[in-house]
Amino acid sequence: MRVPLSWLRDYVDFDLPIDEVAELLTNGGLEVESITAVGLPGAELEWDRERIVLGRLLRVEQHPDADRLVLATVDYGAAETKTVVTGAPNLFPYIGRGDLSAEGLFSPLALEGATLYDGHKDGRVKAKLKGRPLRGIYNDAMLCSEKELGISDEHEGIILVTSDELRVTSSDRSSPVARHPSLVTPDLPGTPLADVLGDAVLEIAILPNTARATSIIGVARELAALIGAEFRPPSYDVVMDGPSIDGRVTLSTENPELNPRFVAMVIEGVRQTPSPYWMQYRLRLVGQRPINVVVDISNYVMLEVGQPNHTFDYDVLRRRADVYAPGDPIHIVTRLPHPGETLTTLDGATHKLEPYNILVTDPAGNLSVGGIMGGLESEITDGTSGAATTNVLLEAAAWDFINIRRSANALDIHTEAAYRFSRGVHPSLAMLGARRAAELLRQLAGGTVAQGIVDNYPRPPEPVVVDLDPVYARKLSGLDLSLDQMGEMLARLGFTVENQGDRLRVVAPDHRMDIEGPHDLVEEICRIYGYDRIPSTRLADTLPPQRSNVKLEREERVRDTLVRLGLQEVWSYRITSAAREARLLPGAPPDDRPYVTLSNPPAPDRNVMRHTILSSVMEAASNNTRHAERVALFEIGEVYISGEDGLLPDELTRLAMVMTGKRDPRSWAAGSEAKFDFLDLKGVLDAFFADLHVEIAYEATSHPTYRPGRTARLLAGERQIGLMGELHPGVVKGFELRVDRDQPVLAADLDLEALLPLIPNFYRYDSLLTYPPVREDLALVVDVGVPAAAVESALRQSGGVLLRDVTLFDVYEGSQLPPGKKSLAYHLTFQAPNRTLTDEDVSKQRGRLLRLLEQQLGAKLRE
Amino acid sequence: MLEELENKYKEATDALDAAEGRAALEAWYRDTLGKKGGIYLLTRNLGALSAEERPAYGRRLNEVKAGLEAAYGEKLALAEDAELQAQIAAGALDVTLPGRKPAEGRVHIITRTLRDLYRVFGDMGFQVYRTRDVETDEMNFELLNFPPHHPAREMQDSFYTTDEGVILRTHTSAGQIRAMRDYYPEPIRVVLPGMCYRNEQVTARSEMQFTQLELLAVGDNITFADLKGTLTEFARRMFGADRQTRFRASYFPFTEPSAEMDISCFLCNGKGCNICKYTGWLEILGCGMVHPTVLRNGGYDPQKYFGFAAGLGPERIAMLKYGIDDIRQFWANDLRFLEQF
Repeated sequence: MRVPLSWLRDYVDFDLPIDEVAELLTNGGLEVESITAVGLPGAELEWDRERIVLGRLLRVEQHPDADRLVLATVDYGAAETKTVVTGAPNLFPYIGRGDLSAEGLFSPLALEGATLYDGHKDGRVKAKLKGRPLRGIYNDAMLCSEKELGISDEHEGIILVTSDELRVTSSDRSSPVARHPSLVTPDLPGTPLADVLGDAVLEIAILPNTARATSIIGVARELAALIGAEFRPPSYDVVMDGPSIDGRVTLSTENPELNPRFVAMVIEGVRQTPSPYWMQYRLRLVGQRPINVVVDISNYVMLEVGQPNHTFDYDVLRRRADVYAPGDPIHIVTRLPHPGETLTTLDGATHKLEPYNILVTDPAGNLSVGGIMGGLESEITDGTSGAATTNVLLEAAAWDFINIRRSANALDIHTEAAYRFSRGVHPSLAMLGARRAAELLRQLAGGTVAQGIVDNYPRPPEPVVVDLDPVYARKLSGLDLSLDQMGEMLARLGFTVENQGDRLRVVAPDHRMDIEGPHDLVEEICRIYGYDRIPSTRLADTLPPQRSNVKLEREERVRDTLVRLGLQEVWSYRITSAAREARLLPGAPPDDRPYVTLSNPPAPDRNVMRHTILSSVMEAASNNTRHAERVALFEIGEVYISGEDGLLPDELTRLAMVMTGKRDPRSWAAGSEAKFDFLDLKGVLDAFFADLHVEIAYEATSHPTYRPGRTARLLAGERQIGLMGELHPGVVKGFELRVDRDQPVLAADLDLEALLPLIPNFYRYDSLLTYPPVREDLALVVDVGVPAAAVESALRQSGGVLLRDVTLFDVYEGSQLPPGKKSLAYHLTFQAPNRTLTDEDVSKQRGRLLRLLEQQLGAKLRE
Repeated sequence: MLEELENKYKEATDALDAAEGRAALEAWYRDTLGKKGGIYLLTRNLGALSAEERPAYGRRLNEVKAGLEAAYGEKLALAEDAELQAQIAAGALDVTLPGRKPAEGRVHIITRTLRDLYRVFGDMGFQVYRTRDVETDEMNFELLNFPPHHPAREMQDSFYTTDEGVILRTHTSAGQIRAMRDYYPEPIRVVLPGMCYRNEQVTARSEMQFTQLELLAVGDNITFADLKGTLTEFARRMFGADRQTRFRASYFPFTEPSAEMDISCFLCNGKGCNICKYTGWLEILGCGMVHPTVLRNGGYDPQKYFGFAAGLGPERIAMLKYGIDDIRQFWANDLRFLEQF
């Protein structure tokens, strides 16, 4: 919503700097998003108060040596007049008419040294006015166009208007512009132009509960309440001195729940001239293009009071329907569309209608989509359509805001009317808007208003009455205010307040459709009191029972552990596609579990919630292999498995890791050039589970995601909690990782729902033994197929209490051994808690170990 | 004999003076005071002396030995020191050389930001309460006082699923009712973190997926003034002890009164800069007193219970703190970005 300050001043007096007005409104809930000054300090083009002034035109003569130039003599308040050489076409009619001072024509005059926009260049190029001869006559001043002043792009002629047109001339006040102390009577030549046309436009953000501020008077009312000033609404009086409206128009509203009110008036003999300059100027400031006085008044009233309204050409309505006998009233019906009915709107577009789009129609067909946009045929568009005067059917109605919202969205028509109606306009405003528009048509367009108003308003809504208990208000706000203080603040906003001793009985004004209960009144009180003046206190309420959050704590511990092991955490989009995820299953049937599927996906390849987090981490790895030599990533997050119909999906926490590239970060001081391989990932996982104190067994397995022969499943007891291994080359290719040929890409995918509960809260520490350990090396020869884990586990199980530690230090396969055999060499550490072990002790243990391992695994000591 | 002693003493002193470096000194010692050294061997002369001469000779010999030992010790210490100095001098490095990089990992910037938030609010008694991403329209909107087709819904463009009434949550407020129904009738102080989704054009300033942290307090003694106090303390701990806060009236369907909280810009200290768009203020969060309808939907009687709620954007906080100018970086997972935090 754009609000020129000068327009606000019609309804409320304030003497505050622009910034303070903006801050007051912002803090009060009407956020001022920007301030655009015109001519004033802060404007892109500030009008020099000394050099850009109001000039009064005294005479116009032809330039002696140039057909296209004139000499205009202007009074600008100085002792001498100024004669300006100009080519402005709108001065030509005045050539040779002698003394024009009685015409009261004014124009902005710029004097030498003033900065203006260059009217002859495209866009806005600043230029300083310099004196120079024009066809032999020295010229050092200029009469200005709107473009030169930065008001609009209009450069057809100079601004040339009577002093009446510079002033707001509607009947309800003689000259509200002059009322403000900083503004002077705008018909005094020499007045700085900034004082006449200078303005600032506030751009106010409208929230769903501030529909009341989609009008200038709405903002003025708020500002008045915030500063404690009087709010002066415009007059809604109409002089009706035409013939009676009876027999001219009849109305029927078929769906009063969608169209609760319809008001019609008839104004005859309206002249379709341009609207007065002040009205055009205001419309331009808020971004509307002036058309003619009828259309401009309709728009002006919508902006001023917030009631969208419509002007039809009465005679066109009569002509277009051939059902009327002479003397019959025209008949307007609002109804829902017939099957297959379409509407051609003002912009020429034909719209298919939804069954809930309510229409304004007559016997000849439809005229407009109610509250949204008018149709082509009966619209008053400009003053060039023929007749010198027009008879106008003026309409102002009320519409159900939710239906307007649905309709505007379905039709994809977003007009100023729809903008307001879809946020809520109270039916009472229809009458005020109609009256205001009719009176302006009378005053500014020479119309005669027919007597009487046709008003279909079958069920006026009940006023909203709320009782405010002061105890509740204090408990909610933390403010200790008396009933009278609260009442006074509400009254300022237009609420009707009755102090009943123990409570306030409050009636909400019609424009406050957002008020439902006492909590809403408390917000109003807080707003007017000033949010910033409300104290800041510490919570004194009872502390709730504290709960532990084991899952989060363990998840965070998993994060910290992985970070310590050198992995970087990533967070990915959780919206993906089946095709993206299918890259994890090359040559295998796709995942057939149901996805959570979006019905309005942001992109074709982002249409489901992910099933797997490994796909997310692989995408991150792929992006990084373009520039990083070492990629070691993990992500913890949810995957979404759609459940049965009617149930929300399972959201399951998963962990995936991906490692590829150089093991050590690149450094000038030589580090290893080696690349991550299976054992790096395995080492990370070993350390990870050791840190969490979870016993995990690895078992060779196969899975389409992983490279055959380099895949393990992770078992906690019998339960599989994840998979790890080197990725299948097809997966690496599918995700387009930029890696060297044969460079391993390692991955693990773990189910944290299963793992986290296994992390013990407590575990026993190993006491530090003081008796010396005895170290023994042992190389065992086993079949190639015997897993190392089986050997180590057998050693540990067979070693008894004295075997403290088992560490593999060499694996050998080759010519030194028989085919099909391998050697595994271990450091064994024996230690007793209560004595120094003897050689005999150790050799006994060693003998036992060898015996048991031979029995269990066929292991032999390597000679 | 004494003369011989004095001569040898003189010789030894001269030799010591001439000896330079640890090796020469040690050789001198061996030749002089060692078991086969010149001075040591003079001990043998004692036997050849008369009982009268012996004490004087012995005394003098001891004096000479002690003197030489001390002189040697002093000179050796100097030599060792010089040697050490030379060694040190030879070992000088260019200390400005870059170090050898350890292989390290980091938590994601959002994890880190969330942990900061958990800590600050945790100190005030707010515990983490997590709820689901895929939500019902009922939890996300209806029970939070957003009726169907209400204009407030258009503030948050939803992703709908092919399941009627199931959407991706547009805000963590969706967890409010779940928390209330879980805690009722106890008082509540929780933060609800999580991923949210809105059908928005992805640009440098807006994302279709983002995290939020919702703050929710419910009890029988909680006022708007408490909301201001709690959030002001949060702002000061998160952004600096001298931050000012500003509360502006605003609108959310599920709070009344509602507010936006701004903090004085910590980059320019409120003087005005391009980050705060020359206003001196930064928008940080939306908040308000829990709407009576929402309290009732959560099971709490709005005549007896009051509450406040606030919603923060961890990305926004991180963007402000670290000057990140493109929100798309958060999920792009570029190591060159992530490794900076």
